[in-house]
Amino acid sequence: MAVETAVLQSEWTKIRTVSSTVWTLASAFLVTVAMGAGLSALTNATFDDMRAVERATFDPTLISFSGMILGQLAMVVFGVLVVGTEYSSGMIRTSLAAVPQRATFLFSKITVAGGLAFLVGLATSFVTFFLGQALLGGHRASISDDNVLRAVIGAGLYMGLIALFSMGVAAMLRSSMLSLGILVPFLLLVSNILSAVPKAKEVAQYFPDQAGSKVMRVIPDAMNSEKAPYGPWGGLGIMALWVVASLLGGYLVLKKRDA
Amino acid sequence: MIELEGLTKRYGTKIAVDHLSFQVRPGVVTGFLGPNGAGKSTTMRMMLDLDNPTSGTVRIDGKHYRDLAEPLKYIGALLDAKAMHGGRSAYNNLLCLAQSNRIPASRVGEVLDLVGLTAVAKKKSKGFSLGMGQRLGIASALLGDPEILMFDEPVNGLDPEGIHWIRNLMKALAAEGRTIFVSSHLMSEMALTADHLIVIGQGKLLADTSMADFIQQNSRSFVRMRSPQQERLRDVLHANGFVVVEAGHGALEVDGATTEKLGELAAENGLVLHELSQQRASLEEAFMQMTAAAVEYHAHGTDVHGGAAAPGPQWGPTSEGA
Repeated sequence: MAVETAVLQSEWTKIRTVSSTVWTLASAFLVTVAMGAGLSALTNATFDDMRAVERATFDPTLISFSGMILGQLAMVVFGVLVVGTEYSSGMIRTSLAAVPQRATFLFSKITVAGGLAFLVGLATSFVTFFLGQALLGGHRASISDDNVLRAVIGAGLYMGLIALFSMGVAAMLRSSMLSLGILVPFLLLVSNILSAVPKAKEVAQYFPDQAGSKVMRVIPDAMNSEKAPYGPWGGLGIMALWVVASLLGGYLVLKKRDA
Repeated sequence: MIELEGLTKRYGTKIAVDHLSFQVRPGVVTGFLGPNGAGKSTTMRMMLDLDNPTSGTVRIDGKHYRDLAEPLKYIGALLDAKAMHGGRSAYNNLLCLAQSNRIPASRVGEVLDLVGLTAVAKKKSKGFSLGMGQRLGIASALLGDPEILMFDEPVNGLDPEGIHWIRNLMKALAAEGRTIFVSSHLMSEMALTADHLIVIGQGKLLADTSMADFIQQNSRSFVRMRSPQQERLRDVLHANGFVVVEAGHGALEVDGATTEKLGELAAENGLVLHELSQQRASLEEAFMQMTAAAVEYHAHGTDVHGGAAAPGPQWGPTSEGA
């Protein structure tokens, strides 16, 4: 146990002594909050222009999380860089010479970085929620409404999970550039496009981001969208399985391949 | 003590390290010598359990590297000067490593002082010159005050002052009774620092010998003679029981004789000498001969006298009598 504590401390030092930690996490927070606030205010101003069916399924909580689509990318960059810079800098050889137990090394790193991502994620989701609701005026939801607290906590967990998923991908691909080159277009384009295409969306709804983001909905068919065949926690569970798979994959690559 | 047993690394069909077995003994500087591409770095990475051997084992004081709880306290290594995060300061780079092995933070300042980087301790390491990076790498190797130290080509790319510093450091560390294992592709460098020598070529062990023995066996000393009366000179030498080797261009090489003796002999027989000189094959030549068969990347078209394909005068030993 002593070894694990020491390695956790070491990984914490690694994270707090590089500037990328601050700017990625600050971006995740600011982008999500600012974009959520902007769209909430816009929605409030144009509420009467929405179609009746959209008004009927209006989900003020989900609206305030609109910034997540971009904010999550900063979380992805954080997750990718935490693992990827070990490889791009060559530090990985020094790190593994100091901590040759691959599981201890990788899971200490993921514990520290993941914990930080969850904390920032939760702070982001609460601030985003309250600011967004304030700007939604008469259309706002209250944190005490049914399922709202679940959605807000879920949104924070989503941000943490997307960071963990990115760490696993970076550990598998062993390259920041390659990981970002795959994850960013996937989250920004591929996943969203496929979930709008008939047939393809049957598969796409099980993608990590699509499944996980359902937890942010208070109304299952929010904004006249289709209901998912799983519940909000079920969706987050699907995302968690993706995270486990990517971290396991990352661990196996680290264990089997030459550093 | 580091023990390698049948260590083998295969990349596809290519064997980088081929059944390497040797021991690195404590208290001496062991030089690990081989031409570029001989498998030195691969071997060292396997010793640190960074690369997985195809077969064979490495034991550090009887243990597998992966079973060492705090390995930096047993063995410190400089593999590549760039193996640090450039965005982190020198101090913080070392602090992460120290913490992972429960080495007190005060030790970080000590090793920075030891390698002369105290003034730039708070600077990001990406701005470091090659020499400073090398010093930082050495500081990280010394962090755990380990009994065993490994350096992969530590003088590569350093200026003369840096080379001098590393040489003295290695000698000082060995004098403290530590085990030093240092690789190089330069025999001359090894001759200055190493007590024991392990030579590999194409991943195979070519020699495992003390430096003194290697010098004794490989630096042949002989006398070179040239004379317009070469035939007669040779007969005279033969008649006096000397072993004569024809060296080409009218020169003879005589083993086991002094210039005085041979000069007097020539005079007694009224022979004209154009040359009478003591020669010593350098260690570099001995090393090159040993590894010649095993050099992987031969320079092609080395004939500088008008190109490889062009017919012309050639002075290689094989062209004699052509």
